[in-house]
This record gives sequence, structure tokens and C-alpha cells, in this order.
Amino acid sequence: MTHTTTNIATETQRGPVPLPAPAARALVSLGATGTIASAFLSWTYSSNFPGDLTIYGYPAGLQILAIVAGALTLLYSLTLWNVRGLHRLNPAGATSPVLMTALSAFTVCWFAAIAIAVDLGGLVNLAPGAYVAVAASALPVIGALALPHPAPGTGLRGYLTKPDQPRPGPLPALAERAVITLGTAVALIVFTYGIGINDDESETFIGYLLAIVFATWALVHAGLLDRYAGISARHKGFSATLAFVAVAVFPFTQDNDHNANLGVSILVFATVALGLNIVVGLTGLLDLGYVAFLGVGAYAAALVSGSEFSRFSGVQFPFWAAALTGMAASLVFGVLIGAPTLRLRGDYLAIVTLGFGEIFRIAVNNLDGVSGPNLTNGPNGISRIPDLEIFGFNLGDAHDVGSFTLGRFANYLFLMLFFTAIVVLVFTRAADSRIGRSWIAIREDETAATAMGINGFRVKLIAFALGAALAGLAGTVMAHVNYSVNPQPYQFAGAAPPNSAFLLAAVVLGGMGTVSGPLLGASLLYLIPEKLQFLKNYELFAFGIALVLLMRFRPEGIIANRRRQLEFHDSNTPDTPAQPDEPAVTKAGA
Amino acid sequence: MTALLEVQDLRVAYGKIEAVKGISFSVEAGQVVTLIGTNGAGKTTTLRTLSGLLKPTSGTITFDGKPLTGTPAHKIVALGLAHSPEGRHIFPRLSIAENLQLGAFLRKDKDGIEKDIQRAYDLFPILGERRKQAAGTLSGGEQQMLAMGRALMSQPKLLMLDEPSMGLSPIMMQKIMSTIAELKAQGTTILLVEQNAQAALSLADQGHVMEVGSIVLSGTGQDLLHDESVRKAYLGED
Repeated sequence: MTHTTTNIATETQRGPVPLPAPAARALVSLGATGTIASAFLSWTYSSNFPGDLTIYGYPAGLQILAIVAGALTLLYSLTLWNVRGLHRLNPAGATSPVLMTALSAFTVCWFAAIAIAVDLGGLVNLAPGAYVAVAASALPVIGALALPHPAPGTGLRGYLTKPDQPRPGPLPALAERAVITLGTAVALIVFTYGIGINDDESETFIGYLLAIVFATWALVHAGLLDRYAGISARHKGFSATLAFVAVAVFPFTQDNDHNANLGVSILVFATVALGLNIVVGLTGLLDLGYVAFLGVGAYAAALVSGSEFSRFSGVQFPFWAAALTGMAASLVFGVLIGAPTLRLRGDYLAIVTLGFGEIFRIAVNNLDGVSGPNLTNGPNGISRIPDLEIFGFNLGDAHDVGSFTLGRFANYLFLMLFFTAIVVLVFTRAADSRIGRSWIAIREDETAATAMGINGFRVKLIAFALGAALAGLAGTVMAHVNYSVNPQPYQFAGAAPPNSAFLLAAVVLGGMGTVSGPLLGASLLYLIPEKLQFLKNYELFAFGIALVLLMRFRPEGIIANRRRQLEFHDSNTPDTPAQPDEPAVTKAGA
Repeated sequence: MTALLEVQDLRVAYGKIEAVKGISFSVEAGQVVTLIGTNGAGKTTTLRTLSGLLKPTSGTITFDGKPLTGTPAHKIVALGLAHSPEGRHIFPRLSIAENLQLGAFLRKDKDGIEKDIQRAYDLFPILGERRKQAAGTLSGGEQQMLAMGRALMSQPKLLMLDEPSMGLSPIMMQKIMSTIAELKAQGTTILLVEQNAQAALSLADQGHVMEVGSIVLSGTGQDLLHDESVRKAYLGED
């Protein structure tokens, strides 16, 4: 390369804002510091705005988010200053992670200012602190745009493409475990903060989502999430155990039972999504009526719970028997529905399962003794389901553990966590087994799978029945958590989970065929409608837009299965890190 | 000695259209038998019927002394009849190693499977080099090798190859054909369906020429190769 071409290269690498590089770096760091400082000022005069942003020196709500986003921006701007030790955060010294963190602070502050003006009626409501935040948070964005352009000649699009980051080798085992522990702790803190935002503080929650989206984007571009995925793949058992520990710790971080209630509902929803993942993600069968199996399990458990509204009110099974009853009932329904329909392929199966889902809801609605035989008590459902008692331990009562009081929902959260663990175990064991391989073969090419000697019908029926049974198991717990069962939630699409469309979306959004994908997808899909109450009438609309955007920009889901990624992107190298035992894949892509 | 595969008066129809109109032939153990003919002659239909993917309207198929008619496809594989289907049908997103393992789906002997995978890598070194690569990233010829290697993984008594040379470059085609010759030398019984009559007939012990659903000419590979009408119709000579 000659001297002149190098010069031209540096010239074209300049970002759209004409500033010398040192000034750009200084601007980012300065703006980030200013953003953090502004959070300690008052942003508005009235305490009517969610979170009360009026007090000097006590940041709250959106101001806390501004501090976190500002701190991240500052940290990433320091990676450009050759500060010792920080290069690990941005190994290639790339521009786009800096821009993304700057955007997270920028969007949070600007959103806050706009929300204050709109909610309280006019710009007069903005206190000086808010102007400081708006101005300071814009500086890092301008500065980042003056930094070297990541892919010259591509305009703003270049900032959206993931830069090549070097892939360092593994750390010592102990250090890797420390990283996983830290990562899990951060995830727990982030989740706990999100779930702790009051339901009427939608503004704060939107700011939270904005901060998370851009911060995650920055971490992806910095190659840190790939790195983390690689590390936790090397310590699968350890990271899975820690994840369960984190969920178990969650109730201890909450002082009211409402959030534990949210937690247990999310767990139920996530567990059912994981069951659906066997059917959709592994076997490739599109099931649009899956929520019915949750309903079968819930109704079965309610009928044998001893509730006075149950048709069999005298019958009260111990919980283990009720759980097995729910599972068995769902299994039977799974086989009954599956046996005639699984001979169909593709769209036909989707139509039949969609029909079954609706038939279940309508039938349950009508089995009230008037329109049909009395079994389910019709639209009133079965209420006053008694609390569970396991080993003489009543889950309905609050219990003291040390200085913490664990309420009813926290107790159920532990019970549900146990079942989630079982479902995760069943899923991973099944996916890695002979039957799992035959599911994948069927999904990939049914004709070829048959030519390998795989009995397609039987294997699909097993997947269908297993998925149904797992949903039924979750349903038994749900019946007790909610005190009652009624037909209303078991529909195809509705404004709130669980319903078949949301379950399917949780699987697709999270990442088909993975374990953590549906769990993450389900948590998001449960939490977002819960916290954004103002969307109520537009929820399905927003949900639809979100799905379209997702399919456009990341069709393989948030957490990508290695194989899915091969299908959706031409490149030979999936962006999950290559396992050490897969040299061929890396070689081909290099 | 009775033949390994005995087909008697086989008829297959798609709805009202009869694609195979009463054909009879047999395959002896250790032989290579080929069905040649133009597009639409019914060759692929015959193979798909033998492997259970299609149901015959009448006629009998006897394999290894047992009648096959009515046996579902996945059980036919277990009896030792492997089918490498037209268009290859590999699992594109699974790795080459996983494709081969699925070929041995019905087998339980882990050591034997490992040995046979190694054998497939010896037979097709390119597969061994790329064993962790997704099968969909292979070239057409390499995918054909994988499909053949995968079919061999079930340790079949009879290997049915449907147009292994379809869509391949001349060099790749020669490679595939020489592999078939190698398999023949190892004693594998093969039923080969091909449009490339020259290559198929020079390999085959027995050949059958199909035209619109019927066998019009049968003989040893060498006889057919030198037959006047075959040369005119299929080998492109005036």
C-alpha cells in the first residue's frame, strides 16, 4: 500500500461530522459526564410526572436510567483513550459501540424531556436540569459521529453493521465462571429494576426499554455478547445453575408480593413457551392452538382441587397427583388431536390446531349444564381453588426466611421454578437424544428422514404429546396460582398473554430451537404489555409491528440457533461464536 | 438361488395416470442392475415404490424372501433396502457428520457406526475434510457424495441410487461413477437409475431399458451397450 492511498483512506474514514479525532473523543466523554451530572438536577417542577424528577440530588425514574446510560457512554468513550484494561470492552476500538451507548443516553434524556412536555402540557414544565440533560446527551452522539466511520462509503447504514471484533481465546476457568456470575448478577439487577417499575409509570418503562435496546446493541457490536455466549457455552451446567439461582434470589429482592406474582406468571408463560418450542422449534410443526393444552392442564387440576365449584367438589387430590392428572389429561388430548392431524403437513396442520384451540375454549364455555353437560361451570369457571399444601407447608401463607417474608406468590414462584427446571431438563435431554435428532431430521426434510428409517408419524406424535404434557404440567400450577380457571384466556390471539399467538411469538422472538430463547422471549412478551398499560387498545397493533420489524431485521430471533442462522443469512459463519471443536466452520468463513 | 429383489408385474399410478405399467425384473446379490430411459419413463416412480414412498396399484415386490407390498417406508429401510433419492435430499443445515449419523439412525452399534463413518470419509475424502460444515454449503457433487455415503450408513443389502449424476459437471460425474464401480468391487448390490446410459451400462451386470412405463429391452450391460437401437436412442449415435 502506498503512502497516498493510506492518506485517502484516513480521509474517507472520517465520520459525517467534521471534527478532529481528539476533539470528538473529548466531546463524547464530556457529554457523558454532563448527562450523569444532569440527572442530579431537577428535570421538572411538578411531582405529577412518574417517578418525581423534581428533587435536586436525588435522581429517580428516568434520571437513574440516564445515569446508567451516561456511565456506559463514558466507559465506552474511555476505551478510545487507551485507558489500561478498558480495551477488553471494545477490543477493536470500534466506533459503533460508542455511538450505540451515546444513543442510549440520548434517547433516554430526549424521551424524558418530550414526555414531560407532552404529559404536563408544554415546554414550560421543563426545569433547567432537563435542558442540561437534553444538551449534554446530544454531545456524545455528535462526538461519536465525528469518530472514524466504521465502513466508509456506506453512509449511516455502516454504523448498523456489526464491526469485526477479534475473538480472544478462552480465559482461565475460574475467571470465566466469575464472568458468568457477574453477567447473571447484572441480568438479575436489570430484570429486577424493570419489573419493579410501577405499572402506572409507563414513561419510565419506555425509557428502560430504550436504554436496554441501545446498550445491548452496543454490547453486540463490541463483540462482548458473542464472547459471553462462548464463555457460558463452555460452562453450560454452571451458567444454567446460576440462572436458576438468580430466579430463586428474585423474591428476596422484592418487598411486595405483586412482583412475585408477575414473576410466577412469567415463569408459567415461559415454561409453556419452552414446551411449544419442542413442537415448533425442534420438530417444525406449526401449532396455533397450543394454549388449549395449558387450559386442559389447568382445568384438570381445578377439577380435582377440591374447590366447591368443581364438578367433583368432594375430590381433592394431593398436588403430585393433581399435577400428574393435568399432565395426563393434556397428553391424552395431545394424542387425540395429533393422531388424525399429524398425517397432514404444513399449513393443514396449522389450520387444524387453530381450530382445536378455539373448539377447546368454546366447549369449555358451554359445558355449564345448560348448553351441554355440566363439567366446567361455563363462563364462570371454577373459582376458589384452595392453596396447595406440600409436605404440610401451605403455599398460601406467608413464611419468614431469616429477615425476609416470602408471600404466597413467592412460594408459588419456587414451586414453578422447580417445574421449569424439570421442563428445561426434559427439553435439553430430549433435544440431544436419538428422538431429538429424528425431530430435527423431520423438520429439515421429511422425505429424507423417512428414507433414513425414521417413522415420521410416530416421532411427530411423540413431540406433540410431550409438548402438550409439559404445557399441562404448567397449567396445574397456574390454576392454583390464579385461584380460578375460566375459558377466557385460552384464545388464539388476545391483548394479554397467555394466548396461542403470544406463545408462538415468544418462541419465534426468542429463538426457535434454543432453551434460553423462548424463556427470554416469554419474559419480554409478558412484561411489556404489563408495564405499558396505555397501549391497551393498540396492543395487538404494536405487537404486530414489532413482529414485522423482528422478521425484517433478525428473523432467527434474539438468541439464534446455529442452524437457523445458516438458513437466514448467506454467510457461512453464524454470529454465535464457533465452538472450539468446529474448526471447519470458522475456516470456511475466514 | 432366488434373487435378492424380485419385482413382478408392478403397476403404479398417480391418480388415473399410470406411470409404471406392469414391469418385472430382479436383482441378484452382488449385482449392479441399472434402469435407463428418458424423462417420464417411470424409473424414479419404480424406485420410490420399492422404497415404500408410493403404493403400487398391483404387482408384487419380494425383497430378501419377504413381500414388501404395503410395508411403510421406514420399515423397508430396516429390512436393508436403502434409497438415495433423486435430488439428493440431504439435511442442509445439519453438518456432514450429523447427516451420516442420521443415515445410521436404525443402528445401535456405536463402534460399527464410527467405523462406517470413517469408511465414508475414506470413500469421499472431501466429506472427511469438511465433516463439521453444514451440508447445504457443499457443492452439488459433494452433496451427492454425502447422499450416497448416508445411504450406505444403514448397511443396506441393496442400495438404490436415483440419478446420482444429475446436474453434475462431467468431472464430478466421472468421480461418482468410479465410486459406484468401487462399491461394486466391494460387493455392494446396487440398483442404479440413470439418464446417462453410457456410464450406467458400462458399470452394470444387467440393464433394463424403460419407455413410458414399460421395460422394452433387457440384457447384460455389455449387450445393451452394443445394441443398435439402444445406441441410437440413448447414446446419441445416428
